[in-house]
Amino acid sequence: MHTVLLLADVPAQTLPARSMMAFTLVTHIILVPLGVALPLITLIMHGYGLRHGDATALLLARRWSAVMAVQFAIGVVTGTVLSFEFGLLWPGMMGRWGDVFGLGFGVEGWGFFLEAVLIAVYLYGWRRLPARTHFLVALPLPFAALLGAFGIIAANSWMNTPRGFTLDAAGNPVDVDVRRAIFTPIFGPEYWHFVVAMFVTAGYVTAGVYAKGWLRGRRDRYHRLGFTVPFTFAAVFTPVQFVLGDSIARQVFHKQPVKFAAMEIVWKTNTHMPEYLLGRLHPDGTVSGGIKIPQLDSILAGFRPDTKVTGLTAVPASDRPTTAQATLVHWTFDIMVGIGSLLLLLALWYGVLWLWRRRLPVSPWFFRGAACAGVASVLAVECGWITTEVGRQPWIVYQNMRVAEAVTATRSASLWIMFALVIVVYVFVFGSFLVVLLKMRSRWRLADAKGGPRPPEETPQAELPETDTPYGPRSTGSRP
Amino acid sequence: MIAGVVAVVLLLAIAAYACGGGTDYGAGFWDLTAGGAERGKRPRWLIDHAMEPVWEVNNVWLIFALVIMWTGFPVLFQQVFTTMWLPLALAAVGIVLRGAGFALREPVRRLSGRRLYGAVFAVSSLLTPFFFGAAIGGVASGRVTATTTASTDAWANPTSLLFGLLSIAATATLGAVFLAADARRFGAPDLDRYFRRRAFGALAAVAVLAVVALFVTHGDAPHVWHGLTHGVGLVFVIVAALATLATVWLLTRPSGHWSRVTAVGVVASAIIAWGMAQRPYLIPASLTVAEGAGAHTTLRWLVLVTVVALVLVFPAVALLYWMDTHGELEGLTDAELRRDAPSDPS
Repeated sequence: MHTVLLLADVPAQTLPARSMMAFTLVTHIILVPLGVALPLITLIMHGYGLRHGDATALLLARRWSAVMAVQFAIGVVTGTVLSFEFGLLWPGMMGRWGDVFGLGFGVEGWGFFLEAVLIAVYLYGWRRLPARTHFLVALPLPFAALLGAFGIIAANSWMNTPRGFTLDAAGNPVDVDVRRAIFTPIFGPEYWHFVVAMFVTAGYVTAGVYAKGWLRGRRDRYHRLGFTVPFTFAAVFTPVQFVLGDSIARQVFHKQPVKFAAMEIVWKTNTHMPEYLLGRLHPDGTVSGGIKIPQLDSILAGFRPDTKVTGLTAVPASDRPTTAQATLVHWTFDIMVGIGSLLLLLALWYGVLWLWRRRLPVSPWFFRGAACAGVASVLAVECGWITTEVGRQPWIVYQNMRVAEAVTATRSASLWIMFALVIVVYVFVFGSFLVVLLKMRSRWRLADAKGGPRPPEETPQAELPETDTPYGPRSTGSRP
Repeated sequence: MIAGVVAVVLLLAIAAYACGGGTDYGAGFWDLTAGGAERGKRPRWLIDHAMEPVWEVNNVWLIFALVIMWTGFPVLFQQVFTTMWLPLALAAVGIVLRGAGFALREPVRRLSGRRLYGAVFAVSSLLTPFFFGAAIGGVASGRVTATTTASTDAWANPTSLLFGLLSIAATATLGAVFLAADARRFGAPDLDRYFRRRAFGALAAVAVLAVVALFVTHGDAPHVWHGLTHGVGLVFVIVAALATLATVWLLTRPSGHWSRVTAVGVVASAIIAWGMAQRPYLIPASLTVAEGAGAHTTLRWLVLVTVVALVLVFPAVALLYWMDTHGELEGLTDAELRRDAPSDPS
């Protein structure tokens, strides 16, 4: 009964707008780890190659930067769509709060700007710049990426723990304090959790490609190096992420207790709360399915079984996620933690063997795990994001503005049509992206299989009618 | 006062996007009109090579303009995106298709694939500036207000249509002028002539549309018309006209650096003239700069962030454009991604 009333209050635009935002974010997030961390991993490989005069390492760095070129380009456009969606879908939020929390995006914009410039120089500098200059010019790249992440996470954490303003009689924000609005309580934990997640994910995704080749029997130095560098990078950060993840969960417990209640499907505020692994929360507050571990939730939240955990019912039904949303948040949270734990085991296996024996594991099961780790960590990132965003429902600005108040007044039919168009466009773009990546891979594999230096006339001309080779090198006339 | 400064920054960001992004859209326009696979091969080759290193950077100007808009003038952002829903949504889709089409065309081998991505890239290069122009036309003619919802009239009106066409013509001009100069740099004088001829055509279209615009805005956007024909607005209109004449003169001879400068001058002063003509309004006759401005402290921080960023970003961008126009940047070829490639490609 109560739910029906609530649904009636929600404008028809909310569902298409939320679906569209969710869809475009889910897809953009796939590219984010590579955007933030692939430059760093590539630079590590590049630096290694330069230092040791290692041709294989430099080849890997060059190939990764070719992938980076395509990936960054797609990321730029899907990211631009997101900034349009702030206006197209949530004009109410930007109109009222834009001047309170928008500045973070300004920092992000500039970080991104710097990143685009540096990536352009790096990608197109391989040929003409001196090797050292080329490497040095690219060194600020990871910092620019971190600056960009700073802006985005500042904005998102403000939506979760908004502050830095007071409300006047009409409910409009006044007395804006920009510093407090950027460094909100959840900002620190969220930022580091996010950055390390990007590092770990990019490392496992990159290493996974070579783990697969290793399993298929391509056990040369090229694959060994392509696997070891990114995997080590990710494995080092995995335990760090475990600690950070644990810490942010506790911060959420303190700063967004209702979200924490949804993450752990806690219905009534109480001490000695059990922990549920998976399971489903019903509208009457009962939990079905799942594995119940007595006391554990209270212990995890406050290190003591008598820690009091706030339940969903501590706030009115209209101010908390629905039970279906809570179940979703609980599942995504558990899946993320589960994947994180498995990745930790994988990283320990690798680390222990490396420290004791100075060698890679030989078990195919290790490499099977490593091959899956990339996909698994992307899944974990998606789950973490769903936990943050759905756990905040029904608020767009926590306890200050509902999603329903922020949504555009454009007819919901237009929104659905646009959503359909966006799906078609994205399927085309991401499908093509995948095809291009696979094509690059098979082209390189073909070139590697032929192997060995060969005279230029043996270059397979028939295969290259449309590359830039027949036009002659670009350098003709380009230099004074 | 501080709101005025931020408004000027916003205007400059829009001008920068119109010039940087506009050049890219123009390149797409000439890609579309280059003809069949065989005839259009050389112009398309030039377009690919000229655009390659910088197009993402050009795109970032747009994001920067959006950020200033929602942080500095949240109400303006809300009203524009509510009223201009359809053109802006379509422009966003166009940006995705265009960027993806261009980025993906490069690594694709087969002719059919290149055709598909090339067509996607070219068509969206045409539509996107049109919709941006249409949205600006809606703002200039005061059709964006607090109470209007998304309607066809907001962007399908004489001023919007004209501004849309003017955007296409202006981007085509920029594209042709830059490509002509690039052709000379790449040692292809025939393409220099090819693109200078096209730049003439596009510039003529800009001039005709600009004159028509003066007549149309007289009735349809009286505030902007008054601003364009008086005071600072008029000064920039005159600058734009002089830059047009200078561009025409420079286009009669083999391209050098200066034709780019004057072409950018045409577009940038036109945008600035429009902005000055709107004073003191963000949206003529309904929302002034002072009314639309965000919190005072935020504006101060926005200016600070802009200044700091200029110190950081400006040298980087200048370096990139310099390296690009001096041929220091070029893409990796397949040969360098093979295992037998020399370890140090330089």
